[in-house]
Amino acid sequence: MPLLKVEGLGKLYDGETKVLRDVNFEVEAGEFLSIIGPSGAGKSTLLRCINRMVEISEGKVIFDDLDVGEMRKKELRKLRTNIGMIFQHYNLVPRLTVIENVLHGRFGYKSTLQGVFARFTEEEKERAFFLLDKLGIAEHAYKRCDQLSGGQQQRVGICRALIQEPKLILCDEPIASLDPNSSKVIMDYLKQISTEMGITCLVNLHQVDVAKEYADRIIGLKKGEIVFDGPSKLLYEDQIENIYGIETRELITV
Amino acid sequence: MNEKKIHKNKWQTTIFLLIIIFITYLSTAITDFNFIDSIATIPAAIGWMFTNLMVTQESMAKMPAIMEKLGETIFMSIAATTLAAVVSLFLALLGSKTTKVNNIFSMLARFIASFSRNIPVVAWSLILLISFGQNSVTGFLALFVATLGFLTRAFIESIDEANQSSVEALTATGATYFHIVSKAVIPQSLPQMLSWILFMIETNIRSATLVGILTGTGIGYMFDLYYKSMNYNVVALITFTIVIAVIVIELISNKIRKVIL
Amino acid sequence: METSQAMNQALMKRKRNGQINIKSGNKIDSAVKWTIWVLTVLTVISFFFFDYTGLQLERAITETAHNLRVMFLEPGLSHFGWGEAFYQVGITLGLGVLATVFGAIIALFLSLMAAENLSKPWLSKTIRIIVAFIRAVPTVLWVLIFAIAAGLGSEAAVLGMLFHSVAYLVKAFSEAIEEVNPGIIEALRATGSSWWHIVVHGVLPSTFTYLLSWTFLRFEINFSVAVAMGAAAGAGGIGFELFMASGFYFDLREVGFITYAILIIAIVLEVISTRLKNRYFPSSVKA
Repeated sequence: MPLLKVEGLGKLYDGETKVLRDVNFEVEAGEFLSIIGPSGAGKSTLLRCINRMVEISEGKVIFDDLDVGEMRKKELRKLRTNIGMIFQHYNLVPRLTVIENVLHGRFGYKSTLQGVFARFTEEEKERAFFLLDKLGIAEHAYKRCDQLSGGQQQRVGICRALIQEPKLILCDEPIASLDPNSSKVIMDYLKQISTEMGITCLVNLHQVDVAKEYADRIIGLKKGEIVFDGPSKLLYEDQIENIYGIETRELITV
Repeated sequence: MNEKKIHKNKWQTTIFLLIIIFITYLSTAITDFNFIDSIATIPAAIGWMFTNLMVTQESMAKMPAIMEKLGETIFMSIAATTLAAVVSLFLALLGSKTTKVNNIFSMLARFIASFSRNIPVVAWSLILLISFGQNSVTGFLALFVATLGFLTRAFIESIDEANQSSVEALTATGATYFHIVSKAVIPQSLPQMLSWILFMIETNIRSATLVGILTGTGIGYMFDLYYKSMNYNVVALITFTIVIAVIVIELISNKIRKVIL
Repeated sequence: METSQAMNQALMKRKRNGQINIKSGNKIDSAVKWTIWVLTVLTVISFFFFDYTGLQLERAITETAHNLRVMFLEPGLSHFGWGEAFYQVGITLGLGVLATVFGAIIALFLSLMAAENLSKPWLSKTIRIIVAFIRAVPTVLWVLIFAIAAGLGSEAAVLGMLFHSVAYLVKAFSEAIEEVNPGIIEALRATGSSWWHIVVHGVLPSTFTYLLSWTFLRFEINFSVAVAMGAAAGAGGIGFELFMASGFYFDLREVGFITYAILIIAIVLEVISTRLKNRYFPSSVKA
């Protein structure tokens, strides 16, 4: 049984602009899957339909045998605790400490009052330290997030996703604002998470070479439609050209 | 092309200045304002101030009474501002794009804010005076209503300015509305909001004097009393105490602002 | 694994009861916390200091609710007509205009002396201290003080309002002038321009729209100040009519009518100044 099943997914904005059309694919547990495509192809929207950060217009998303589109408020919260998310701009609360930001990942398990008064158990806090240590930033635990470098902030973001104990992690352009060195560090950690902890990863990427290097499987998205779906090693030049369009390629090479 | 534009700009500036001069002239006519007279008044007024507005030994005897009324006024301003801030926070959460619950409540919150802000504090004091009578509660309520409108608008701006991406991230972890508000929105906008509250306390102490004259409470009433009985030495003393109070509070809030912003 | 756990233990900060702390306890957090605490305590205390003479809360609330209903649902005029109403609003607007225009002109010169990049340190400091003093005196006191020397009337009102407007605008103008690109001033200085050349050709063109927007913001404030001066200092205009309607005739319908008139003008002014703010001030403005 696949962990995630997307069937005929379509998304309309303002009732007319079609961002996604008839998207179909399945993801097995433990896979490291990358979605590539030019900006505006609908990668971010696709990712956000999976945890329903944007509403689904057509078709179905089935996660762990449950229909995401049909979920009520409570079930939706439960779904989101099972799905971690990592963002291009890290999306941390800048004025709070690193450790507080990591613990925000536990809100899905808390009642409103527990969350508002920051009632976290000692196990949760120790777990947070364990994860920060695993990503090599435990010594920054009490710093404010805006004092960290971009790469370090993204690692905090990863910790926040991991402390949710998710089955799936959605990564929306996780390295688009980072320099090459930090990008490599982040991608290595994501790969390590997927292989060591067996967490499924869905990573939106801009850079084809990074996708080919890390992902087991690649989905190519163009104008809201899937134009490639297969193992990374079968993605050849002509398909890349098809996804990004000839002109863009020329612009990049020149 | 460029030269033409400069010409056009020059013309615009000239027309604009002419309009302003015309409006100013109109204003002098309607208000019966005499420019020469008023310039002549300034040296006379300043001379009068230096000879009459003197603190004497005699007026110092009124100091304890003045301090009591000044204290009442300061407390009134702080209480009105703080309580208005609490209510404003809720209105601002309802009114802001980021945290609104639905459009109807958002509109309603913005409407209440605009209504209470744009009716001047004088009007509120006069309206409330009719039934509440001459006491601190009237002044307190008038300041409260006017502050409510101002702070709601300021808070909405602070919330809108806060980084919305962390709101998205917390929603994605399965956090509830109150989790998001208390852990992502408020921590980011709180220093800015506090700065507005401090600013409003300073403003309200000055407004409280005005409200006091109208509603017969606090230091404003005392000023009015001695002003009408032409005891200018006490008037001077009251003015100085107000100035010192306002400046001290301004210094304190500048210090706090420097740390938190 | 064991060693890293020990390391983590060493990094954790613990509260007195042995729980792991998640706040860093920095200066900003504690300043925010203390400010909120102090304000809360002061607010609670203040209710003990209030003077409750003659207050019958229950009756006052029901009466005010009734009064507000009459005011806002059945506004009307009885002591003067529409023409007079327009005239009185005109007087109030006129007082606002005069105080703003004269205030802006005076403030422009003073702010050139107060701006640190154009003036000498001692001069800028002196002007700032004077301005802070003037700002601390409530406008109504200025008006009343001038009224003794000039007699009640538009002169005293405008002069009193002028003081505050000048103080407010000097602060705003000089901050705007200090943000002028130092390169412009340096380049003009290098060509041997005089101080006045620098001001007229370097500073004013690059700050003009900014200064105008501030002036308009002040006009918005001055309108409600003018209403207040009419009511509290006998400066005439719609504020005085409001005072008479509520304090002498107890005519709630007329109070309602006047309040609506003030409200409409204030909202129009606010809409214009919000537009100006969004257009000319990129970041948020603090008054």
